[in-house]
Amino acid sequence: MQGSINTTAEGTLNLAQEEAHGHHEEHPDHRMFGILVFLCAESMLFLGLFVAYITFRLVATEWPPEGTPELEILLPGINSLILISSSFVIHKADTAAKQDDSKGVLTWFGITAIMGAIFLLGQGYEYANLEFGLRENLFASTFYVLTGFHGLHVFVGLLLMLAVLWRNRDPKHYSSENHFGIEAVELYWHFVDVIWIILFVLLYLW
Amino acid sequence: MTTTSKPKTPLPEEPKMLLGNERKWTDYFTFCTDHKVIGIQYLVTAFFFYLVGGALATVMRTELATPAPDIVTPDVYNGILTLHGTVMLFLWIVPAGAGLANYLIPLMIGARDMAFPRLNAIAFWLIPPSGLMLIGSFFFEPPSAGWTSYPPLSLTTGALGEGIWIMSILVGGTASILGGLNFLVTILKMRVPSMPLTKMPLFCWAMIATSLLILISTPVLAGALILLAFDLLAGTAFFNPTGGGNPVVYQHMFWFYSHPAVYIFVLPLFGAISDVIAVHARKPIFGYRAIAYSSIVISFLGLIVWAHHMFTSGTPPWLRMFFMITTMVIAVPTGIKVFGWVATLWRGKIAYTSAMLFALGFIALFLIGGISGVMLAAVPFDIHVHDTYFVVAHFHYVLFGASVFGIFMSVYHWFPKMTGRMMNEFWGKIHFVLTFVGMNLTFMPMHELGLRGMNRRIALYDPQFTDLNVLATIGSYIMAVSTIPFLINAIWSWRYGKKAPANPWRALTLEWQTLSPPELENFEELPVLKTGPYDYGLGYIAEEDPEELYAHAVPAPVS
Repeated sequence: MQGSINTTAEGTLNLAQEEAHGHHEEHPDHRMFGILVFLCAESMLFLGLFVAYITFRLVATEWPPEGTPELEILLPGINSLILISSSFVIHKADTAAKQDDSKGVLTWFGITAIMGAIFLLGQGYEYANLEFGLRENLFASTFYVLTGFHGLHVFVGLLLMLAVLWRNRDPKHYSSENHFGIEAVELYWHFVDVIWIILFVLLYLW
Repeated sequence: MTTTSKPKTPLPEEPKMLLGNERKWTDYFTFCTDHKVIGIQYLVTAFFFYLVGGALATVMRTELATPAPDIVTPDVYNGILTLHGTVMLFLWIVPAGAGLANYLIPLMIGARDMAFPRLNAIAFWLIPPSGLMLIGSFFFEPPSAGWTSYPPLSLTTGALGEGIWIMSILVGGTASILGGLNFLVTILKMRVPSMPLTKMPLFCWAMIATSLLILISTPVLAGALILLAFDLLAGTAFFNPTGGGNPVVYQHMFWFYSHPAVYIFVLPLFGAISDVIAVHARKPIFGYRAIAYSSIVISFLGLIVWAHHMFTSGTPPWLRMFFMITTMVIAVPTGIKVFGWVATLWRGKIAYTSAMLFALGFIALFLIGGISGVMLAAVPFDIHVHDTYFVVAHFHYVLFGASVFGIFMSVYHWFPKMTGRMMNEFWGKIHFVLTFVGMNLTFMPMHELGLRGMNRRIALYDPQFTDLNVLATIGSYIMAVSTIPFLINAIWSWRYGKKAPANPWRALTLEWQTLSPPELENFEELPVLKTGPYDYGLGYIAEEDPEELYAHAVPAPVS
């Protein structure tokens, strides 16, 4: 690009320029960093809701308010185990993608998606069998809004996985060099998982 | 600061480049991913909302010229008050700051665009619907609970207007978060290889601090608004005391965003003024590192002071003590900045351009707002003047005196870069004088009104306050008139102004080392730093007589 002969120092600088210029179509990929920053911001949203819940609870004279039926813990416990183990399953998909194994991606993403769907169904079943509604009292409202908001995130995760599976129809779409979509969904899924663990402790165990 | 590797190239003569840096006006109405187009889209949209918010303010001041409700009914006044606050904060200052950041960050750090150009365009295009929704609500049922929307008041003033308000803020907040994410990643990851963090222009430092605040605090506001929406629309009682809820939790969540938001409003302009002052005073900035790090300190402290808005909300005394002390401590990093700016001016070769005049106005007015801020931080004094016009005076000195003066300053300074045309300096100075006089005439009397006990946010007042209110109203008319020379100047200059050279102010930062306006991907070749961003007066760049320096008629040869 630069034809002239340079002194050594300038030459190095120009070389750096040339590299930056010549490759600027494929500039370094900051998408994973972007996703990470986004999830940090997203976690502040949940943190706000958690702290609101904790405050409601600590300020209340009686918690849960009188007459609230006990939460059943067995089904949500199983549900939590399914969601948490799916975090390990989705990591297998990432490993598969790094080995250019598009079938493996299909298998492990498929299993994760099914596990996520089971979680959502289980939560729907729990909602249907609870004895209190959204407007019953402050505890009921926080319970539904927190779990519902988390459920929405699980649902979005499912959609993302389906999108990855759709793109994965072309076995060359994801490769060991280029599998941002898979990594991003995996990170998101771990995030959703961690949020659930905190939520479970706050709502069911505390 | 820089030279490209072919320093002698006569830039404007090459036809290829003229093609590259010209934009059709229709480009500004498209989903364009060029950060320069998006920056201008932000700025123009924000300015439109500024005119709307200003018109609302003028109606309010007209109403307040007399103690009786004679222009609008108190109900309508409440709606106007709410919209004025919301429009000015969320649709004028925040997008204007985002516009400057969008335009300047990639140019200042030598990048070709933002890290995520498409996300950037999406973030911008969320603003118009958010704003139009909010303004449109005025014709059905305006939200009337003030820009803070405290429940339980906001739950009783009408679900439609309040619902639109929540929706609008959620959409605008999303735009803000996506923008902040983009700024942060761009600044951290896309600098030219020769630019370490400590050689960045101070505007970029300020934008790191701003982006961190946006990313940390805006989601919490979203959480509060989601809960408020449930209360409003689904009949829950998170914040409604009659159903067992706790309205103070809303206040905490709201101010956890809205106090840092004050720094989101003003930090970008703190950064911009650091750039403007050094250039127009022809001196290296005083205390580069102190100014840079104080931005970060402000953003950290800004996150732990929110409850000083709630000294009268039953906040326990020990907590008030904590928030009083942290609030007062913020005066230290801001004081460092003001000291740095004043020390930069000291014995500089100051050119009194419009940009510099607005910068000087900024420092003076921000100082007043800062001092009244420390007064308000003191719990006993705050309890005395809570919800009076003293508070209104304080935050207008900060938000108008600093943020709006800063935005005008930035427009005068970077207009040549953005449009390739110089603005008219004479009308710029008229604009400054009118704004400065009008601003002080409007808000200075409010200190006294507040100390005498005039309540804010109410359409009626005791007749004993009439005189000072008339004065404030006259001031507000002067401010309204002051917009006219700016508007005409900006539009006229954009079309017919003198052609701007690449570097009209002889600045060293990277954005001035390319064409005006910059070509499509900013730099023909990525620049390499040879000097720091503020090495003025050290022989790196021609120092001419300031008077000559600013009287440009023809494109100057680019060095």
